Amino acid sequence: MQEFTLVDRVICAAARAWAHDGEVLATGIGLVPRLAASLCMRSFNPDLMMTDSEAWLVSTPVPVGPRGSYVPQRETWMGFTRIFDNVWSGKRHAMVGPTQIDRFGQSNISMIGSDYAKPTSMMLGVRGFPGNSINHANSFFVPKHSSKVFVAGEVDMVASAGYNPARMARGWSAADIDIRFIFSNLAVLDFSGPDHQIALRALHPGVNVAQVQEATGFALHLSAQIDTTPDPTPAQMELLQQLDPHNLRASALG
Amino acid sequence: MTASNKLMQARDVVATLRDGMTIGIGGWGPRRKPMALVREILRSNLRELTIVSYGGADVGMLCAAGKVKKLVFAFVSLDFIPLEPYFRIARQSGALDVMEIDEGMLMLGLQAAGMRIPFIPTRIGLGTDVLQRNPAIALVDSPYDARQWVAMPALALDVALLHADRADARGVCQIKGPDLYMDALYARAAAQTYVSCDEVVDSSYFAQGEEARYVFWERAQTTGVVHIPGGAHPSSCAPLYGFDGAHFKEYAASAKDPEGWTNYMQRYVHCDADEYLQRVGGLQAVHQLPLPVF
Repeated sequence: MQEFTLVDRVICAAARAWAHDGEVLATGIGLVPRLAASLCMRSFNPDLMMTDSEAWLVSTPVPVGPRGSYVPQRETWMGFTRIFDNVWSGKRHAMVGPTQIDRFGQSNISMIGSDYAKPTSMMLGVRGFPGNSINHANSFFVPKHSSKVFVAGEVDMVASAGYNPARMARGWSAADIDIRFIFSNLAVLDFSGPDHQIALRALHPGVNVAQVQEATGFALHLSAQIDTTPDPTPAQMELLQQLDPHNLRASALG
Repeated sequence: MTASNKLMQARDVVATLRDGMTIGIGGWGPRRKPMALVREILRSNLRELTIVSYGGADVGMLCAAGKVKKLVFAFVSLDFIPLEPYFRIARQSGALDVMEIDEGMLMLGLQAAGMRIPFIPTRIGLGTDVLQRNPAIALVDSPYDARQWVAMPALALDVALLHADRADARGVCQIKGPDLYMDALYARAAAQTYVSCDEVVDSSYFAQGEEARYVFWERAQTTGVVHIPGGAHPSSCAPLYGFDGAHFKEYAASAKDPEGWTNYMQRYVHCDADEYLQRVGGLQAVHQLPLPVF
């Protein structure tokens, strides 16, 4: 009997996000996305590029947490100005954890509230989300799937662009947006429904369709085939142990 | 003729500033912020400032002290403390005018100012509320294709405040940390650039080995140099010192107390640079702050 937890299952599922991306920068913001990207580079797609989360590109993923004698394997300088060069080239696929996501795939990390001048809760600001969303592929990770995250209506501040025709400038279309997957603690979703409607693709074991729909503030497209998220393999668990030697992921789903 | 001597005191820098100025602050979040110069502003009577920053405690403190009329920003964060407490208070009270833009747009705005052009076309911002919330940012037609593009306006600065590892009296500034952030762009976007530094060196220092390779703008972009050891504290100045996590926690906790900011000011702002260093444990303790692992 293989020992693994829900977060292991989510990381291993999310690792597939970059599997067919070829040679792009895989950026995972936050522990679960970072481990997923790292696992992908160590298994499905060794051509991925990755940073040390500071200022260097590394040839193999840096384990998370205290490093002991581990020395990051640098391959080039990658300070912030260079990150933007990469973003604007389009050769990147980021996985991020927004506070709100709407039916268009628009997301928000800036502020909560209906009055922009006086937010109920000010968060980070839009950071690099606008640029990411119009330049390269993006996926989302949601640790607690609920209708507070997957909101009815639009997100309070559209920080990253989605498949919303009403917001497209002249000459731009849905073809310029590339949102791939959403991995949550309940399910795997993508944008394969009609007109990029968010579709339920896989359920984690023990979760049913009604539960996911109940925890989502808008109607999900129900794919003809809804899979069960696969178990992590022993090989994946071995790699995860190397990438997260202190088991920081144990508390990643809260 | 002798060469310019740009060495000056922090108070002389702040004496050149005026109410209502647009001031850019270098660094990024909790990293390499000219905090001693920021503290000098906190002690001044300056007000109604427009601040342009990849924000950390520099923005939080200036907001807490009521110095900021408008903030041009993409984020304000202490990284390991994701939400900057005093910035949140200012924003949630409705007291702050903001120009909230993408990190890359801020970079392009500084670049445009440095290049003395009115805007740089970009796709960044399309499809987002950055355009809705900033009606002054225009979409423009392209002479070369049929699409509309975002015209990111130049962010011309009256003054840039930066912190470097070391500098000479002529304004040659060296940064050896792994990331320059946008500091060189700030220097070029500003009419006047003042740089605090941990060490002042003789000009001959830069002729040694590879030292000149860590100089990222030419001295004509530097107006003044202020020698303040530990001047980035509590932010980091890698490789000399990491950021002071314990200090940031104390600072963040102070925001929960109605008297917190007054007490923080009393303890850490109403004192000179030497006294400040003593109050945070001395320069040696600052130099021992570990570099962060991400």
